Amino acid sequence: MRKRMTLLAVIAASALALTGCAGPNPAGDGASDSASKSPFTVATDVSLTGSPTFDAMTKRGTVKVGVKEDQPGLGYLDAATGERSGFDIEIAKWIAASLGFSADKITFEAIPSANRESAIVNGDIDFYVGTYSINDKRKEQVGFAGPYFVTGQGLLVAAGDKKITSEKDLAGTTVCSATGSTPIQNIKANFPDTKTTEFDTYSQCVEALKDGSVNAVTTDAAILIGYAAQDPDNLKVVGKPFTVEKYGVGMPKSDDALRTFTNDMFTKGGDTWTAIYNETLGKSGTKVEQPKVEAY
Amino acid sequence: METLFNNLDLFALGFQNTLLLFAVSAVFALGIGIVVGAMRVSPVPVMRAFGTLYVNLVRNTPLTLLMFFFAFGYPKLHLLKLPYTTLAIIALSIYTATYVAEVLRSGFNTVPTGQAEAARAIGLPFVQTMTLVIMPQAFRAVIPPMMSVFIALLKNTTVAAGFSVAEAGAIRANLSERGEPAILVLLWVALFFVILVGVLSVLQRYLERRWRVLR
Repeated sequence: MRKRMTLLAVIAASALALTGCAGPNPAGDGASDSASKSPFTVATDVSLTGSPTFDAMTKRGTVKVGVKEDQPGLGYLDAATGERSGFDIEIAKWIAASLGFSADKITFEAIPSANRESAIVNGDIDFYVGTYSINDKRKEQVGFAGPYFVTGQGLLVAAGDKKITSEKDLAGTTVCSATGSTPIQNIKANFPDTKTTEFDTYSQCVEALKDGSVNAVTTDAAILIGYAAQDPDNLKVVGKPFTVEKYGVGMPKSDDALRTFTNDMFTKGGDTWTAIYNETLGKSGTKVEQPKVEAY
Repeated sequence: METLFNNLDLFALGFQNTLLLFAVSAVFALGIGIVVGAMRVSPVPVMRAFGTLYVNLVRNTPLTLLMFFFAFGYPKLHLLKLPYTTLAIIALSIYTATYVAEVLRSGFNTVPTGQAEAARAIGLPFVQTMTLVIMPQAFRAVIPPMMSVFIALLKNTTVAAGFSVAEAGAIRANLSERGEPAILVLLWVALFFVILVGVLSVLQRYLERRWRVLR
C-alpha cells in the first residue's frame, strides 16, 4: 500500500512538473483590451440576398471563421487565457459585425495553411482570415475578398547576426519555413545555394532559429515582425520584402454576394481599417496604407 | 492525372525519400530488434532487464514524440550535428525495433523449450543456440506479424514530413500551396502507398512459401 502511494506521489509530482513547462506567453496581448473601444459596431437588420454562406450563418446563429493561431500580431491564441488577438482576428470580427454578428457569436477555428482550401470548399468554415495570399491558382478553388493587407517575403534572423542583411546573403545558410509553403518553395527554386529546413509551424522554425540549428526563418514579413516584436532581444527582421503577397479573405468561390459585400466594407471602412491596424500590427511602429480592393 | 504529371518532380522526390527512410530504418530496426529480442530471453538478468526497460519505454511513447525529441531536443544538446533525415531514421529505427523485438520473442516462444535444452546439452553456447536452433524456426513462425510491423514502418515514415524530411507526407503541403486540390493529391499519395505495401505483401508470400516446412 505504501509503495503504491509513493508511486502515485511521484506520478503526480512529475505531472505538475510537466504542466509547468507550458508557461503563459507574455506577448500577443495587443488587442485583448480593445473590446471596450471597438472601432466598428454590430450592424442590425442585415440582408444579403443570394449568399448561401450568409443564409447558413443566419440559420445557425453563429459565424465560423477560420484563422491562424500561432502568428503574434496577426492571428494569435494565448494558450494561458484562451484569448485570440491580432490584425486578422480583428478583421474577422469586423466582417462578422458588418454581417450582424457580435464577437460572442463567432466560433474561431484554427486551420493550418495546407487545409485552407478544403476547409472552405467543404463548408467547415464560413470564411477564412489568416495571412491568406491571393493568387490565381487558389482562385480556381475559392473566392477572395480584398486584399486587406499587402506584405512580402522577409527574413527573420538572430539579433546578433551581422552576416545576413538581406536575401542576397543567403548563400550557404540554412533557412526555415513551414512545410511546403510558398516562401520555402521560392527559396528552393531561386536560391539554389541555400539549404532549407521545413517544420509544420513557423513557431517551430523560430525555436530552431533560437537554438542555432537554422540561420534564418522566412515567410511574409508581417508574420516575422510579430515574432520579432515578441522577442526583440533575440530576433530581428532584416532587409526589405522581396516578393509581393496580398492577403485576402477566403470564402466559397460561388458566393459572389458575400465577396462583393466584404469588398464594399473594406472600400468604405478606411477609418475602421486604420483603427484596427493601429491597435494591432501598427504597435510595432511601422505605418502602412490600406491597400485598394481588387474586386473581380 | 494532371495533378500527378505537373508535379512529377515532387512525387518522385517524396517517394524516393520515403523509400530511403523505410529501407535504412528497416535494416536498423531488424538489427536492433534481433539483439533486443535475444536479450529478453537471455539467461543474464541484467540483459533481460535492459531489454524489458527499452521495449516498454520506447513502445509506450508516440512516434511523433520521439521525432520531436530528435528534431528539436537533440540539437539543443549541442552534440554532433546530424541532418534531419538521419535523426528521423534514428527515431524510426528505435521505435520499430521494439515491435520487431516483441514479434521475435513470440516467435522464440513457439520453439519448444526442449530444443533449447537439447542444444545446451550438446554444448552449444547461448549465441549459437539462438542463431543455429531457435532463430531459424522462430523467423518462419513470425513472417506475417513481422511484415505487418514493416508495413507499419513504411506508413510511419510520413510522420517525418513534419520534421523537415521532404518525403511523401510532405507532398500534400507543397502541392496545396501550388493550388492543387488536396484530396486528389492525397488520393495519388495513397495509391502509391497501396502499391508499395502490395510489394511488401508479395515479399511476405514469397518468404512464407520459401521457408515453409512440412511438419
